[in-house]
Amino acid sequence: MEPTLKFFSGFAPNDLWFMGEAALRTLWISVLSISLGTVLGTLFGWMLYEGRRAATLTLAPVLDVFRSVPLIIQLVLFYNFAPIVGLNLDPFASGTVILTVYTAALVANVARGGIEAVGAPMRRAARSLGLSYWQDLRHVVLPIGGRAVFPSWVGVALGVMKDSALVSVLGYVELLKASQILITRTQEPFLILALAGAFYFALSYPVSRYATHLENRWAQ
Amino acid sequence: MISIRDLHKYFGALHVLKGIDLDVQKGEVLSVIGASGSGKSTLLYCINGLEKIQDGAVTVDGTDVHAKGTDINKLRQKLGMVFQQWNSFPHLTALENVALAPRIVKGKSKAEAREIAAKQLQHVGLGEKLDVYPSALSGGQQQRLAIARALAMEPEYMLFDEATSALDPELVGEVLDTMRLLADEGMTMICVTHEMGFARDVSDRVAFFHQGVMEEIGPPAQIFGDARSEHTRKFLANVR
Ligand SMILES: Nc1ncnc2c1ncn2[C@@H]1O[C@H](COP(=O)(O)OP(=O)(O)OP(=O)(O)O)[C@@H](O)[C@H]1O
Ligand SMILES: [Mg+2]
Repeated sequence: MEPTLKFFSGFAPNDLWFMGEAALRTLWISVLSISLGTVLGTLFGWMLYEGRRAATLTLAPVLDVFRSVPLIIQLVLFYNFAPIVGLNLDPFASGTVILTVYTAALVANVARGGIEAVGAPMRRAARSLGLSYWQDLRHVVLPIGGRAVFPSWVGVALGVMKDSALVSVLGYVELLKASQILITRTQEPFLILALAGAFYFALSYPVSRYATHLENRWAQ
Repeated sequence: MISIRDLHKYFGALHVLKGIDLDVQKGEVLSVIGASGSGKSTLLYCINGLEKIQDGAVTVDGTDVHAKGTDINKLRQKLGMVFQQWNSFPHLTALENVALAPRIVKGKSKAEAREIAAKQLQHVGLGEKLDVYPSALSGGQQQRLAIARALAMEPEYMLFDEATSALDPELVGEVLDTMRLLADEGMTMICVTHEMGFARDVSDRVAFFHQGVMEEIGPPAQIFGDARSEHTRKFLANVR
């Protein structure tokens, strides 16, 4: 009888609340990093596409580094070494910075692909109507290229949302960290991990459903 | 008037246009014919500044297209262009396709731009298709959409680059009819074309290009009946 009692007393309804709050923190750091990273990544993608020598020689290798070094290593290195250059960032800010740069590195390739998808003939047609370079980018390349690579972008965004779990190593209490805390206290890893998984699913599923809805609307 | 003086165009080491001299008067319809790779498309691109030139000059109503101080976006409003590939904007309806440039380039209000667009779509026979997306239009309809889109900027000149070459044979007629209509309305047109019937019937003059040189230019009757250049005769013998 005793272990069963312990099981029920270990996980209280309050803990669900605790996890819900943590899920909101996961959502918050993800939304922030994905938004900032997308803006930055689009800018990088445009620079790569325009292919000025400086961009290909400096930017591309840097982005490669951020894409290929495991996120957990980036997080730990940045969190521990940033103070040396005078940046005293808390776990949330450090996590946001790294997740943003990581997102930007992934989005840069997506964005460049989007610009390439529009193609020179379409852009010549737009320019022949009198659109300026920037008007062409804003009104032709962005909507057409954006739609072309939207599924890849959604993939990146959902990936980053899951990867935000790694910020737990810095001590930021998002969903995974909260789960670890509860597991330690309740000794009920399976229940709690299943709950955490359900929370992650609840965060991503609406996004992918809405994305599919948009793609279908654009397809017609 | 479009004036081209000793125009030279290179792609790297490739000399694509080798000293073109050509005047196109207001109201004239000029057809440009010649083999693939002879520089016909490049000529059109040099006229509206989509390609830079290496020597010579192109002026449109006295404005030097390639001069540093020229507002090329403004100048292009005078020069409508229709391409082989129709390049409809896939995310916009027919009406929005046509209304886009008047709205953002000319700063027309949304309502004004839509009115202009509806009028031009009517003009090219797409009055029933205002709210249709390009994916639901045939190639011929999309090409007419492209013509309406160019006309909506109220250009004084129209440049056609093989507007019918990418179309299924049964759709060529409707686009040529639209081009004829414009010619009848007095539009100044330069038409790069492989449609010898159109060149013969509609143009005031026909220019034959051969390896970057304008070998010959003259009234259709002379070019088709009594070409001076050996190359022209050979080319015409092959296309017919
Ligand atoms: N962007 C470019 N870069 C390099 N070479 C080019 C480019 N555009 C065209 N050329 C070359 O310039 C030459 C002339 O090309 P252009 O497209 O003007 O020929 P065209 O007469 O229009 O032929 P077609 O009937 O096939 O359309 C060709 O040899 C072509 O390969
Ligand atoms: Mg061509």
